Amino acid sequence: MRALYDIEKKYLKEKVDPFRVGDTVRVHLRVIEGEKERVQVFQGVVIRRKGKGPTENFTVRKISYGIGVERIFPVHSPRVEKVEVVRSARVRRAKLYFLRKLRGKAARLKEA
Amino acid sequence: MSRAILGKKLGMTRIFDESGNQIPVTVLQAGPCKVLQKRTPAKHKYSAIQIGFETVPSKKLNKPAKGIFEKLALKPQKYLREIRMTPDEVNEYKIGDDITVSIFEGVEFVDVIGTSKGKGYQGVVKKYGFAGNTKTRGTHEVRRHPGSIGNCEWPGKVFKGRRLPGQMGNKRITTQNVRIVKVDAEQNLIMLKGSVPGARGGLVMLQKALKKNKK
Repeated sequence: MRALYDIEKKYLKEKVDPFRVGDTVRVHLRVIEGEKERVQVFQGVVIRRKGKGPTENFTVRKISYGIGVERIFPVHSPRVEKVEVVRSARVRRAKLYFLRKLRGKAARLKEA
Repeated sequence: MSRAILGKKLGMTRIFDESGNQIPVTVLQAGPCKVLQKRTPAKHKYSAIQIGFETVPSKKLNKPAKGIFEKLALKPQKYLREIRMTPDEVNEYKIGDDITVSIFEGVEFVDVIGTSKGKGYQGVVKKYGFAGNTKTRGTHEVRRHPGSIGNCEWPGKVFKGRRLPGQMGNKRITTQNVRIVKVDAEQNLIMLKGSVPGARGGLVMLQKALKKNKK
């Protein structure tokens, strides 16, 4: 098992941008369109972060044209260039699934 | 050169490739294996080499096994297996040679032979995916039964090969055409795409894929 851990480590990022559940983040994503590669930004609230090692991932939720959109990103994916924290909020639970049922003013989080 | 090696399943994980795709991989420790004995047509009426995997202290062996290694003046090995090959291929080896994963460098696919996880005595629903009976509408005590297993007075017997409940798993399984993701000869590790038969720590035999590598 030790060996497995060491192997996984080689595929992880050396430094992961620090962010937590409840933070509003800008995820810089490398997108390949045909031949060109560009950076796309997805901004929203982190509602979940789970797993460890190469399986670690997080979910970002945003409201796009009135429709809730959630995207799951692997933390260590080379496609995720950087995660920028815009705002952080004080939350008391690890998974913010309750936000899915809330809209507008009710979906605000207390700022830390 | 040689086409097969013994190894041990370490476990599964996933890795990212250059374009950021996640690939599920099984990591195996493969070799190094020692060539212990040769079988020749002249003496044994078939040709093969016997290889050993995993060095163990000699106190772990019984006397007959110890005798083999004393005679060869090699370190005792836990697992011994024979690999069939042509007499010419056998001649390429010397007793005491190491076989390492480097034999798979440049190879795309392997066949993996292992012992599947034992699931005990199982019914036909789990073992063969039979549908069972309806759960309601008066079904009485036969919800997961196989149903009819044959005819009546003629032929008056159940045909051989009928799928019935019994031991599931803990059986030798060969998975063919498993793609090699990476070979690390330095650390004797190999990464294969997807799953491989058996539990973590289980013994597996890897061989160059019989079907896919043929040209």
